[in-house]
Amino acid sequence: MPRTFVKHRSLWIMVLPGLLYLLVNNYLPMFGTIIAFKDFNYSKGLWQSSWVGFKNFEFLFETRDAYVITRNTLLYNVVFIVFNLVLALMVALLLNEIRKRYLQSIYQSIILLPYLISFSIVGYLVYSFLSMEYGFINTVVLQKLGLPPISWYMEAKYWPYILVLVNAWKYIGYSSIIYLAAIAGINNEYYEAARIDGANRLKQMTKITLPLIRPVIIVMTLLLVGRIFYADFGLFYQVTMNTGILLPTTNVIDTYVYRALIQTGDVGMSSAAGLFQSVVGFILVLSVNQLVRKFDKENALF
Amino acid sequence: MNAKLNAVTPLPPASHTRIRENSLVAQILIHCFFVLACAACLIPLILVAIVSFSDEQSILANGYSFFPDKFSLDAYRYLLGDSQRLIHAYGISILVTVVGTLTSLLITSLLAYPLSRKDFPQRNLLAFFVFFTILFNGGLVPWYLVYTNLFHIKDTILALLVPNLLMSGFYILIMRTFFSNSIPGSIIESAQIDGAGEWRTFFRLVLPLSLPVLATIGLFTTLGYWNDWFNSLVFIYDNRLISLQYLMTKTLLSIQFLQSNTQNSNTGKLLSEMPTETVRMAMAIIGIGPIVMAYPFFQKYLVKGLTVGAVKG
Repeated sequence: MPRTFVKHRSLWIMVLPGLLYLLVNNYLPMFGTIIAFKDFNYSKGLWQSSWVGFKNFEFLFETRDAYVITRNTLLYNVVFIVFNLVLALMVALLLNEIRKRYLQSIYQSIILLPYLISFSIVGYLVYSFLSMEYGFINTVVLQKLGLPPISWYMEAKYWPYILVLVNAWKYIGYSSIIYLAAIAGINNEYYEAARIDGANRLKQMTKITLPLIRPVIIVMTLLLVGRIFYADFGLFYQVTMNTGILLPTTNVIDTYVYRALIQTGDVGMSSAAGLFQSVVGFILVLSVNQLVRKFDKENALF
Repeated sequence: MNAKLNAVTPLPPASHTRIRENSLVAQILIHCFFVLACAACLIPLILVAIVSFSDEQSILANGYSFFPDKFSLDAYRYLLGDSQRLIHAYGISILVTVVGTLTSLLITSLLAYPLSRKDFPQRNLLAFFVFFTILFNGGLVPWYLVYTNLFHIKDTILALLVPNLLMSGFYILIMRTFFSNSIPGSIIESAQIDGAGEWRTFFRLVLPLSLPVLATIGLFTTLGYWNDWFNSLVFIYDNRLISLQYLMTKTLLSIQFLQSNTQNSNTGKLLSEMPTETVRMAMAIIGIGPIVMAYPFFQKYLVKGLTVGAVKG
């Protein structure tokens, strides 16, 4: 061991900054999760604070919040996965039908553009439609239809629909590009054979394209399922403009942890919710990986 | 003879060999679909752009509209002329993005390269050390406490740089895969037989051969730094360290924020004089501008990176 260390001294020095960084940024926090079992006190610090066992978790699961944030996180992710999958597949299949290469690339670029826009700007875009006084929906659309204006940022019931739309707007370009790349990899001979057998384009789509990209669809979906316990913080924080009144339908685990930590300073509750998320998330990633291995060993994470 | 001819005739591009049998109607419907889809993607941006160029009074009278009564540059005049806060935030964002991306690329490639070397005995152990960070993370609270209680980076520029340095373990693994697939071990060996040390080999040979992967990962890192507001939300309370994205976040929640620092400058204006609604939207346009303008140039790398990262991490 010491001899290889000397022999590869330069290589070890190369990896050193990265390893130290991961140690601080990733591994220290992993050990720091024990804070969820402590009554944390800023002046005493992590090590001196006293142990309280599962008290923080008991407090957390006694509140209604625990149920609401878990339900919201799971339900939103399920709807996002299904809705985006259907739309992205449709976009990818149709993009593949476009004959003119330059049009295909223009359409693809425009649909991908929202993926690059940060949620702080998406917040503005949504606000320009939904603002109570000046928003496009209230001042133009609803007025033309003869309907009274709606206080969008005061009514929690509309937000599940709004967030599903915004999420689709932002991410469909991304998923459709993955599927399009998979379709482009299909061997042309399949299509030629099908054409000789008299299959039309629609038949080719359902009988050749979809079955052949099925492994990619399964892997992509399972990867998302593995992250079903994590919510997109930007979507739920920026797009709702951090509005308290919308919380019943927009509070998710990530926003709850953030608010408990930064806004109310309740380290106990937020670390309990955070560890709950990390552990369930870890179990999900491991089980999903086992599933991926079954379908497609090549694409399993490990 | 015939076979020889076939051998030299280049294959026609794929799009021509794939027989298209869609009827004209189907083609037209597909194009209609994409025109609508593109409109759906662009319309929110167009609305915000038009509002930013509108006259404040016509907004106050008619709301945000695609067809304002009167156009005006007041919002941009205000933002670029009177609000030092915006210029300052732009500076912070550019500084953080440039320094962050370069540092991040250096650390990432330095870590990825030895992991790709087949003669480096601990490479699998270290690869697992990287990989495990993808599987499990401790969550926000302990991470926050490590940076605030142990390293005290709150309210320093480091809070904007350090937490994003190795944005994702995937980037390290993608780079490692590139190094081991695209740089033949024999090149490295012969360089070392010629007397080049590890560092010289890495900087003079490996990195120049790896420009495609450096460009792709550099692009994602740049976007990550430029678009980041989360670290500011968590760590930054000092107004001098507000980046562009965070300035926009704060301004969306309260337009007065843009003003609070300009009072003591000699051009400071009262809130009533600021065209608040159009300034808000001009802000979003200024924030998005660099990305939209650079998009055509980096689009190729973006698509490549997205598909590589997703199909095999």
